[in-house]
Amino acid sequence: MMKLRDIVDKIRSKNAGPFWVTVDLFCESTAQYEALKDQLDIKAVAHLVQISPVSIKRFDLDDLKVVKISFPRPIVQGHTLDRDQHGAQFAHLLGALPLTDST
Amino acid sequence: MTTRVLVPSGVLGLGFDEDALWRGVALCPDIIAIDGGSTDSGPASLGTGTSKYSRASTKSEWRSLMKARAKANVPLVIGTCGTAGTNSNVDWMFEITRELASELGQQLKVARLYSEQPQGRIVQALHDGRLKPLDPAPEVDPGTIEKMTHIVALAGAEQINEALATGADIILAGRTTDTAIIVARALFNGDHPGGAWHGAKIGECGALCSTHPTSGVIFIEFDDTGFRVTPLADKARCTPYSVSAHMLYENADPMRLYEPGGYLDVSAARYRQIDERSVRVEGAEWTPNPAYCVKLEGAKPAGFQTTLLAVLRDPHYVENAEIWAGKLTDFLNNEITHRLQIARTDYVLDLRLMGVNSVLGAREVQQGTPNEVGVLCIVTAQSQEEASEIAKLINPFLLHYPLTEEEELPTFAFPYSPAHSERGAIFEFALNHVLDLDHPMDAFQITVDEI
Repeated sequence: MMKLRDIVDKIRSKNAGPFWVTVDLFCESTAQYEALKDQLDIKAVAHLVQISPVSIKRFDLDDLKVVKISFPRPIVQGHTLDRDQHGAQFAHLLGALPLTDST
Repeated sequence: MTTRVLVPSGVLGLGFDEDALWRGVALCPDIIAIDGGSTDSGPASLGTGTSKYSRASTKSEWRSLMKARAKANVPLVIGTCGTAGTNSNVDWMFEITRELASELGQQLKVARLYSEQPQGRIVQALHDGRLKPLDPAPEVDPGTIEKMTHIVALAGAEQINEALATGADIILAGRTTDTAIIVARALFNGDHPGGAWHGAKIGECGALCSTHPTSGVIFIEFDDTGFRVTPLADKARCTPYSVSAHMLYENADPMRLYEPGGYLDVSAARYRQIDERSVRVEGAEWTPNPAYCVKLEGAKPAGFQTTLLAVLRDPHYVENAEIWAGKLTDFLNNEITHRLQIARTDYVLDLRLMGVNSVLGAREVQQGTPNEVGVLCIVTAQSQEEASEIAKLINPFLLHYPLTEEEELPTFAFPYSPAHSERGAIFEFALNHVLDLDHPMDAFQITVDEI
């Protein structure tokens, strides 16, 4: 099955302050970007990250061919149980998101 | 009028291209502005009020900037001194500045802008309904506020302009927003507010908005319709893509940025290449708020930690690492309760399997068999003594715990002796709130010294 990392050019995630994480999905071609917009399912993202889908913000940025998703960190940065202060490994988790082919 | 701002780097302590800095000085800036910290590295700096960067590297970079300032003969301003922008961070930077002034033979007027908040003020604000939660915000009550070791408010352009109005050569600011130090002079000069805030946001990480992110130095020119940004290192270029993409970085919302006194909206911004290395930007809008508020950050103690590290290399244990760690954790919790008489609610024992799922934990979806598995054992307790007592109880079991009772006692790898490491006090972020102010200077103080 196709994974999110197979259809985008680059995935980057980073803390956006101590309470949020933001993930940027970069595409090189318009075709790639259109496929991403079409196939990215926020409910599936929420399931993978184990958070509520209503807490996720999504931005489709046509000029940059980027889809950005931001969500409150499941564990606040620096908390005793935090495993990744800068949140940069969420990119690898999201990269493994299985895609359901909508065609 | 045009305002020319030289930004040497995204943060003091990361280094910058020295040649590019002097190229910037030759361009006759109106101000040199650099950031000195953020919450990026976690709550420890704020909790302790100490810098995460080495003093020597900070001093060496600050020396270059003080020389550049003397040559340019314009104000040099640093925001969020010493990583967290506490009063102790500002005074640490003041001592470094004083040493350098003497070593360089410079006579200077130095302003310190203090952003730290006394607990009483925040408790009173909570009582008066002037403390408002952002999303998501930790619960606060007077008791939690009184536990916080440091609380800072993020100064904006207004407070930086107050400090500039003292006529100081150098301004050492406590916690500020990333943009405040870059935008202040442009707003004072009456440049386009949307363009000014947008340019400041683009410039806050230095050359991160260019094709050569680590080169540091950029030059921003603000005017009455927008701004132009130019990286100054040899091979660096700004492109409409590199500049507009910077709005994504560490921003939950790439179109809207909240600042003290209003918000920036860049959804109508246009980015245009105007020469080989510069980009011109217009179209961003600034909407002032009727009320003035500043964001707060606070850190409170979260116990003391002692850690242990062991490595499993035996294929039998590598293969069954998760089962082994689960059994060991249950066994240890039982031992801690019965032998040390410490209640389960008074400590946290966390075994993280490096090579299996130490970063993503229960969310990990990838599976495979590594050569070896690191077992990072983190103990958090109410005191350092207690955390180390628990770690010492754990020690022999982390070295020898068998998967089943029938098998030979294994011996895993301890990479050093003693096997435990004391990490000291740890902290957690305890505020994600804003504080309403009648006047921007109500929560900030400025002192001026001749050195």
